[in-house]
Amino acid sequence: MVEDEGIRRYVAHFILWIGIAIVAFPVYIAIIASTQDNALIANGQMSLLPGGHFFEVYYQTIFVGTSGSTREPVGNMMLNSLVMALAIAIGKIAISIISAYAIVYFRFPFRMSIFWIIFITLMLPVEVRIYPTYKIVADLHMLDSYAGLSLPLIASATATLLFRQFFMTVPDELLEASRIDGAGPLRFFWDTLLPLSRTNMAALFVILFILGWNQYLWPLLITTRDDMQTIQVGIRKMITTTDALTEWPIVMATAVLAMLPPVFVVVAMQKLFVRGLVETEK
Amino acid sequence: MQKQAIFQSKLLPYALVAPQLAIVLIFFYWPALQAVIQSFLLQDAFGLSTSFVWFDNYVELFKDPAYFAAIVRTFFFSFAIAVSSLSFALLLAVMADKPLRGSMLYRTLLIWPYAVAPPVVGVLWIFMLHPSLGVISRYLRAAGIDWNPLLDGNQAAGLIILAAAWKQISYNFLFFLAGLQAIPKSVFEAAAIDGARPMRRFWTVTFPLLSPTIFFLLVVNIVYAFFDTFGIIDTMTRGGPGTSTVTLVYKVYSDGLLGGNLGSSAAQSVILMIMVIVLTGVQFRFVERKVTY
Repeated sequence: MVEDEGIRRYVAHFILWIGIAIVAFPVYIAIIASTQDNALIANGQMSLLPGGHFFEVYYQTIFVGTSGSTREPVGNMMLNSLVMALAIAIGKIAISIISAYAIVYFRFPFRMSIFWIIFITLMLPVEVRIYPTYKIVADLHMLDSYAGLSLPLIASATATLLFRQFFMTVPDELLEASRIDGAGPLRFFWDTLLPLSRTNMAALFVILFILGWNQYLWPLLITTRDDMQTIQVGIRKMITTTDALTEWPIVMATAVLAMLPPVFVVVAMQKLFVRGLVETEK
Repeated sequence: MQKQAIFQSKLLPYALVAPQLAIVLIFFYWPALQAVIQSFLLQDAFGLSTSFVWFDNYVELFKDPAYFAAIVRTFFFSFAIAVSSLSFALLLAVMADKPLRGSMLYRTLLIWPYAVAPPVVGVLWIFMLHPSLGVISRYLRAAGIDWNPLLDGNQAAGLIILAAAWKQISYNFLFFLAGLQAIPKSVFEAAAIDGARPMRRFWTVTFPLLSPTIFFLLVVNIVYAFFDTFGIIDTMTRGGPGTSTVTLVYKVYSDGLLGGNLGSSAAQSVILMIMVIVLTGVQFRFVERKVTY
């Protein structure tokens, strides 16, 4: 800019580092706490430097779990979360891309009604229909199952809209060309449209995976068996109401493990993440 | 809305929309319809008979001081979370928009909390500010503050707002930065040549040009505060102490857990549904404008 003297820049750097410190501090504390001795933490004498219990705490967290409250290995919880997150992300992308394809590339009765029926689900987040949905899932005998965890969250108006918008920008000549080559609708979809959608699918996948991994209210309701718990639900159950029994190093190790996959996705696939975030909000 | 070049097929398009349609009808529309119907019914204590009671469930709800308090609380939380998170994120974004060395690194270091789940956010913050063992609580007590969010309702509410705002900083930062980068630099230069000092330039040039982004983020943050704070509240305070951190979504959940009044619980869901419809409507009206902007 125009009169950017050195001082202004130093101020900017300074404010940004303060921002980063505020953002990172709670996580730093969690990492530190996960390497310390529970007795020390419970006495309110936690050190702000790493302790020596890293391997011991993480081993117990991943393979054994807490000794008091849940007794479920966090490794298993992570597996449940992973299956649920993948099912939600892949399921949403799959059913949205084929419905968008039908809506854009075919003309059929009730086409627009179907589009609107999908669109309106934007206004029905799981929070406003929790107990009736719970009842249906119970009636279908899907409590404590991966299907019950993922299916009721799989429909996606946003993804359908996104693919619809993208297909509209695909030149008609591509369809004409593949038609001349004798390709039918499924061939065209598979050989032409799907490869073109790869970046969009990847960006969407990044966002949906994070959203899926971070689901909380729904898994909390429909999982009753400890071995079906997701990590987000598990961590809450580790915090016992009687404080004295909470095994804080394990809770904090679980928090760190719960953050690891989605944070990794954001940092490693930053470009796709930003793109997905901006596009799903349009 | 549709292509000129299309395929002819009678059954295929239906087969393609069938999976999404099935899920939407079974898990979205059917339960929503159940909630609406249920909200007009009253079930007797044994669940043997139900009668149609018009709007009685709604009337009861609005007569209930606890429900009214939850509405006020939810709006207050939303407002406090949105304002605090937006202003801090805007400050950071304005700084990061300057031509600084390492600006990509700053962005990376500021956006990752987006990926932290609400219940984990709750755990992180209650641990730091736990009355007996929190690392920050020590200093608060040393400063003479009687800090106990597990007993003091106002402190608990403050803690929820703080934690929820913290999580949202990265999202707001990202969109503010994008909004700032979309403003042509020549506009600032023109203002600078006219002799406007940096603070004045911010309020007279940047802020007005950023207003579409601010409005968009305001709506997103309110929706976030309405729904995604559930996980934070549930791990930090479970609505307590008393009911001092019970929001509308938390109330639907906790009333439902106790079982009991199905009609009232359904009426609460329907009211939430109406709020979502209004918020989504506002968002879409705005987004239409943004596209042509």
